[in-house]
Amino acid sequence: MLEVKQLKVSYGRIPILHGVDFNVTEGEFIGILGHNGMGKTTLLKALIGLLKPVSGEIQLKNQNITRYPPHKRNRFGIGYVAQGRDIFPNLTVRENLRTGILMHKNLRSKETTIIEEILEDFPRLESLLNRRGGVLSGGEQQILALARCLCGSPELLLLDEPTEGIQPSIVEEIIEILKNLRVKRGLTVVLVEQNLEFISALSDRVYVIRRGVFTGELSPEQLANPEIVQEFVGMN
Amino acid sequence: MDLAAITIIQVINLIASLALLSIGLAVIFGMMRVINLAHGEFLMLGAYAVLVPTQAGVPLWISMFIIAPLFVGIVGVIIERLIIRHLYGRMMDTLLATWGLSLLIVGAMTMIFGNTMEGISTPFGSFTIGSLADSQYKFFTIGITAVVLLVAYIVLKFTRFGLIARATMQNSDQASVLGVSPPAVYTLTFGIGAALAGLAGAILAPISGVLPTMGAAYIAKAFITVIGGGEAILTGTAAASVFFGAINQTTTFFTSSVVGEVALLVAAIILLRLLPQGITGRFFRRGL
Ligand SMILES: Nc1ncnc2c1ncn2[C@@H]1O[C@H](COP(=O)(O)OP(=O)(O)OP(=O)(O)O)[C@@H](O)[C@H]1O
Ligand SMILES: [Mg+2]
Repeated sequence: MLEVKQLKVSYGRIPILHGVDFNVTEGEFIGILGHNGMGKTTLLKALIGLLKPVSGEIQLKNQNITRYPPHKRNRFGIGYVAQGRDIFPNLTVRENLRTGILMHKNLRSKETTIIEEILEDFPRLESLLNRRGGVLSGGEQQILALARCLCGSPELLLLDEPTEGIQPSIVEEIIEILKNLRVKRGLTVVLVEQNLEFISALSDRVYVIRRGVFTGELSPEQLANPEIVQEFVGMN
Repeated sequence: MDLAAITIIQVINLIASLALLSIGLAVIFGMMRVINLAHGEFLMLGAYAVLVPTQAGVPLWISMFIIAPLFVGIVGVIIERLIIRHLYGRMMDTLLATWGLSLLIVGAMTMIFGNTMEGISTPFGSFTIGSLADSQYKFFTIGITAVVLLVAYIVLKFTRFGLIARATMQNSDQASVLGVSPPAVYTLTFGIGAALAGLAGAILAPISGVLPTMGAAYIAKAFITVIGGGEAILTGTAAASVFFGAINQTTTFFTSSVVGEVALLVAAIILLRLLPQGITGRFFRRGL
């Protein structure tokens, strides 16, 4: 589904990612674990096209998309939920959801049905539809950002720290939602996180990123063992 | 009594003219954070796009409502593609480039048409209230401005394009990862802003006369209105037009038109001193 080869990304002259390689097969749920500032966001931004790589290649569904701008990648099947859940604060919840649909020509005519379906998966949003996005709580915004992204029916979902600053009960809720959606929609997911519990509850495989390189791969069983994790991630 | 009625009509007319000649600039500034110093020249091109076809025998209404907006809109799209697009996020460079552009357009138009004022006869006659008379064209200007603002509101609020445009305005990166091509939205927005300027120039032409340098008289007023209005495109333009228009016309009424213009400038300075974010930075913040 997704192949990333020797991806290098810099901000100006400062190199951040030093050649990242990994593959994701269809239907897989991949976690990428790393501390603050290790390059997780940089990697996802490069995958969606908000950052241009210095070198390397990104292939989606066997097509080289390295030169595609973000909107083309989105229409080609990549959904991205940014860290800090960039919802549109002055649009209502319903309008936010609609922005996820409108640019997809094949979905546009089914707008109402799509929103109804999404509300079944995210019942919490039902009563908020006419509120402005900006007044929602952090957790509600995160759920809205995820729901809006799914409105465009992505095949590959990129998630940037969805648990950041969110209370445990909503984290549980998001875990449940993602588990269900994965089965229901056959989603392929790349999740970057620092939250061990969250990442191990969902991921089939976990890569560890340190200072812009992948330093190892963990199975969920290994994730359950704090000592092994510490060794890989370099906690403390 | 008659005097009061006429004066009120004149105040509303000035407010409407101010809103009309600012709206194109406001759309471009509000959506793209681009200050288009060639806005006055877009108005002037709109005026010529009425003058020339009318002289060639095209009915006035067709030139005014179709040819002028369409022509200036296309000019806007071309300018966005050739120049503005390469300068996004560089406010100073955009200012300089559009200023240069305005000189270029004035120069080119002067070469073609000469530096002479031409007129378009004002349609409609005059109306009288008691012993006082004024031009019916004022009602026309007021009506058109109301319609333009209403249509702009409906487009922004209720259409798909409006939603996409508002989303892009709030966060263009986020819009792009949802499938929106911000450059395409910007081209269209700039084109629409230019078309609105073209329409405004066309409507004002019969009153102001048509001259290659006429834009200079409007850019300052439009600029003050847009900055004074603040963030919200429509509410801001409307609110600032009411504020500045009322001050300008009332002062003019009691003194002279020169003092009226001065009062407008002073009001603008005080307003921005008190409300640096413009009127909608403080009031009507949820407005469009
Ligand atoms: N716009 C930028 N310009 C320069 N350096 C940047 C920029 N954005 C991020 N960096 C640097 O790149 C490195 C990686 O940042 P990135 O945001 O990818 O980290 P992260 O793993 O997502 O961290 P966090 O968990 O805090 O979100 C950091 O050292 C950061 O300081
Ligand atoms: Mg990050």
